[in-house]
Amino acid sequence: MATLDLVGVRKSFGPTDVIHGVDLSIAHGEFCVFVGPSGCGKSTLLRMIAGLESVTAGELRIDGQRVNELGAAERGLAMVFQSYALYPHMSVRQNLSFGLENMRVAKAEIDRRVAEAARMLRLEAYLDRRPGALSGGQRQRVAIGRAVVREPRIFLFDEPLSNLDAELRVRMRAELGALHDRLGNTMIYVTHDQVEAMTLADRIAVLRDGRCEQFDRPLELYNAPANIFVAGFIGSPRMNFLPARVGKREGAAATLALAAGGQVRVDGLAGPAAEGAEVTFGVRPEHVQLVAAGAGEIDLRVSLTEQLGGESYVYGTIGDGHEMTARLQGQTRVRAGESVGLSLSRSTATYLFDKDGRALKRGVAEAR
Amino acid sequence: MGAAIRFLTRTREPGRLGWTDILAYAYLVLGVVLILAPVLWLFVSSFKSQRALIESDPRFLPYEQVTVTLPGSTRPSGLVEWTAPDGNRRVLVQIRPSGTDLVVADPAKPDETFAVPRRETRPHERVRARVENYVEPTLQGGRTGTFQFPRYFANSAFVTILATLITLTISSMAAFALSKYRFRGRDTFMFLIVATLLMPATVILVPLFVVVKNFGMLDSLWGVIIPGAATPTGVFLLRQYMLTIPDELIEAARMDAASEWKIYYRIVLPLALPALAVLAILSIIWRWNDFLWPLVVLTRSETFTLQLGLSSFKGEMNDATHYLLAMTVLTLLPVTFVFAFLQKYITTGIANTGMK
Repeated sequence: MATLDLVGVRKSFGPTDVIHGVDLSIAHGEFCVFVGPSGCGKSTLLRMIAGLESVTAGELRIDGQRVNELGAAERGLAMVFQSYALYPHMSVRQNLSFGLENMRVAKAEIDRRVAEAARMLRLEAYLDRRPGALSGGQRQRVAIGRAVVREPRIFLFDEPLSNLDAELRVRMRAELGALHDRLGNTMIYVTHDQVEAMTLADRIAVLRDGRCEQFDRPLELYNAPANIFVAGFIGSPRMNFLPARVGKREGAAATLALAAGGQVRVDGLAGPAAEGAEVTFGVRPEHVQLVAAGAGEIDLRVSLTEQLGGESYVYGTIGDGHEMTARLQGQTRVRAGESVGLSLSRSTATYLFDKDGRALKRGVAEAR
Repeated sequence: MGAAIRFLTRTREPGRLGWTDILAYAYLVLGVVLILAPVLWLFVSSFKSQRALIESDPRFLPYEQVTVTLPGSTRPSGLVEWTAPDGNRRVLVQIRPSGTDLVVADPAKPDETFAVPRRETRPHERVRARVENYVEPTLQGGRTGTFQFPRYFANSAFVTILATLITLTISSMAAFALSKYRFRGRDTFMFLIVATLLMPATVILVPLFVVVKNFGMLDSLWGVIIPGAATPTGVFLLRQYMLTIPDELIEAARMDAASEWKIYYRIVLPLALPALAVLAILSIIWRWNDFLWPLVVLTRSETFTLQLGLSSFKGEMNDATHYLLAMTVLTLLPVTFVFAFLQKYITTGIANTGMK
């Protein structure tokens, strides 16, 4: 069993506050991903959990026990570093066994664990090589192996795939997922890549400027972002945001007047949205439908189309100069310079945020 | 061998000797001559006779006047070549000078002496490497029998090895702390350490002498070893190198439950090996060649290092340049071997860093 609780955790470097009070509760066996733009403090938070950075205020609890004062080695965690941080002067075998030797594990036990990790990560053939003689993917596996042999309570990953090429990254992503299924340990994984986050995580913590914006299951983040930041961060291409004003409101439904002209009808409003209030209307590119010019709520002047074969992206500007993106299934004939109409309200997956960016409307799950 | 020749005959464009090649090779040859010529001159001169050295014989090879010991004499007499006015040449043995003439004799008939003008003669010489220059001081203690080569060599080796080990230990520990720990005043300490480089050694010579004297280390090899053990150059050199060792490696070791000591000697020291080798070479050269400080500290000849011993060959009353040169060659050898052995660490380093 290994649960991790962060209670009002803060971090300051001198006068600079980096983490402004994060509360998270990670259950045993959970694969938790910290995601956020660079500089949001996700790596710092991970290093604080690891014991490599001190905690300025708040409490870190592993299995309910306060660990703030424990050193990195005593917390029973293992970390995979972004650069792998393999000891270049040691063979793979020495790299794997170094930590166990320091913890005075019996020689036979070390050999058993190293052999097992090597078999699991397909490293048997490379045990006597130095890290310099390995490919990127192999080094990555050694770094993971070094964590595995420790049999830690919690695994920590700091952007472990960011140095791999795209193809290898997809493969290692699948291997990491499989590793989690097999070991069943609690894992905390830091990344800025939302694809990794969405595919691997049981739950994702979206961080911004040292605050946790939302901590929820991946599809919940996609379907029901708590605020405009999460809505914009999760999903690619990012959600279109259009300034609007609440028109007539009828219970949970309302008519919006877009600043660019045109009206959109939304329903499922959860928060208080008084008539006349300034709001932001959000719609994901994949939920925008292209119609004939003038037939939708607004018209889009196309500036660029990207055809990927299976899907197409249409970029353009609307009446008030706002840029919008539409993602279409299949291929399109729309060319730059043309005008097309956009249908925004046919989909149920539209979003509404108040002036402070809080969600006023919960999106609806797509898959039913 | 073929590879060496190919390496030494490379040109900018294969097979064509351009003017840049000529300039480059000329420059390199000049450099080789400038650096190698004095060493070669020293080496060849170390086989010359004392007389040739006193006379500043400008010839490259060691020439020596041929001598014979005449019957009834204990001292050898030199041979001279006499060119008679009729162009005839004879080799004669010199008996004694007489005004502007030399009294000579035929080596076969030493009793029939006659005089020839000195300007018609010149020494009869042959090329001979005087191995005695090497043998006498090392085995017989030089002319006075007081030059204790084995003892001086042992003293020098003791000072050099111990001082280098202490220097490497202290400097690497200081460099580790100054490069890998964050603490208040770290940069100030670094600045102070580097600032001591601005202080000429001669300025602190007297205060240092007083300190060493009060510690009772005068006339002891420890008095030579300890004061110079911590070098700002070494700390600076190692620190700069250790800054390039990624912090993540040290954090990984910390996660791996390694103590700070273990991080120091299992992670940092092996990775700083190229820099340690450089410092080792520098320290060995400094300590082996050091003259001024041992001269101040050491007064009894049993504690002399080689460099001090060498100085005894050249004094107000005596001049044994032939021994001096020969012993200088011997003194150079260890440093040369050390350099040849360690220089690959300087150039290669650890190429594969295991990161990214």
